[in-house]
Amino acid sequence: MNSTTFKRFLPLGIFVILVGFLGIGLTLNPREVPSPLINKPLPQFKLAVLSQPDKTIAAQDLAGQVWLLNVWASWCVACRIEHPVLVELAKTNQVPIYGLNYKDKSPAATAWLANFGNPYVQSLVDADGLVGIDLGVYGVPETFVVDKQGVIRYKQIGPVTPEALRDTILPLVKKLSSS
Amino acid sequence: MFKYLFIVLLVAVGAVAQAKVAPNTSADPALEARMMVIAEELRCLVCQNETIAASHADLAIDLKNQIRLKLTQGQSQQQILDFMVERYGDFVLYRPPLKTTTVLLWLGPFVLLVIAALMLVINVRRRRLAAQPAALSDADAAKARALLATPPHH
Repeated sequence: MNSTTFKRFLPLGIFVILVGFLGIGLTLNPREVPSPLINKPLPQFKLAVLSQPDKTIAAQDLAGQVWLLNVWASWCVACRIEHPVLVELAKTNQVPIYGLNYKDKSPAATAWLANFGNPYVQSLVDADGLVGIDLGVYGVPETFVVDKQGVIRYKQIGPVTPEALRDTILPLVKKLSSS
Repeated sequence: MFKYLFIVLLVAVGAVAQAKVAPNTSADPALEARMMVIAEELRCLVCQNETIAASHADLAIDLKNQIRLKLTQGQSQQQILDFMVERYGDFVLYRPPLKTTTVLLWLGPFVLLVIAALMLVINVRRRRLAAQPAALSDADAAKARALLATPPHH
């Protein structure tokens, strides 16, 4: 290529590179911030159970199994979109789902589960959202995959979709269960 | 009918959202000022282009309460910032730290500046060379002399 053709196409080249970068930028989701908690132990907590407020469950009580921690609230609109997926998943008995009822009123939460179905083994009450802060929750719903040692292995930000379940979460659960 | 109901609902939702804006201030202005200094350093992850100090999102209010609590417990600014980074990652800091994953972010503009300056220097030099009159070849000089020596016609 001689230098005049090079010069003529230089602006076009720069433009194409710029479009490429901007195009990649458009496909990224700025809401999905990588969590620093991946591969770290679940933070300690001891919370009341939604259905039996006098009973508490601590983080270590759930060790020894692979389980999902789903952060939800009755005021959360996206949780309604996600909920049928979780209800279906619970029916298959592939993985126990525990709920973290985040900054909610317990009567409203109980009514919500009665209305839309209850996929949770138990829901834990995080009324002031402090466990939510320890988990780095910033957009409900969020779902954590926790391994047998109580280490967080994956975090789904936003609703669990059938695709996310099929392609990411369930294969990971299978892998962690067999190890 | 349904349309009007919808508008009424929208207005009602707006009113509820407005009601939430009431800031949660503590009685101690000195504590409040220290809290705000730290809150200015932290990004609100719900509304990503705002600091926690500027945001009225529920999470921002909760985190401001956490900062107040930790300050009254005697924690330093660095301890509180570390607490937030442990949970929300570097993204929570409004001023990202300089490390291997952020080198391009910090140095990229300067690299571009250096490249642009080099291109400018090269361009200016090339133009200066192009602007210099070419030396006259011997044949051309002889031709010019011959033309100048010939008296004009008529």
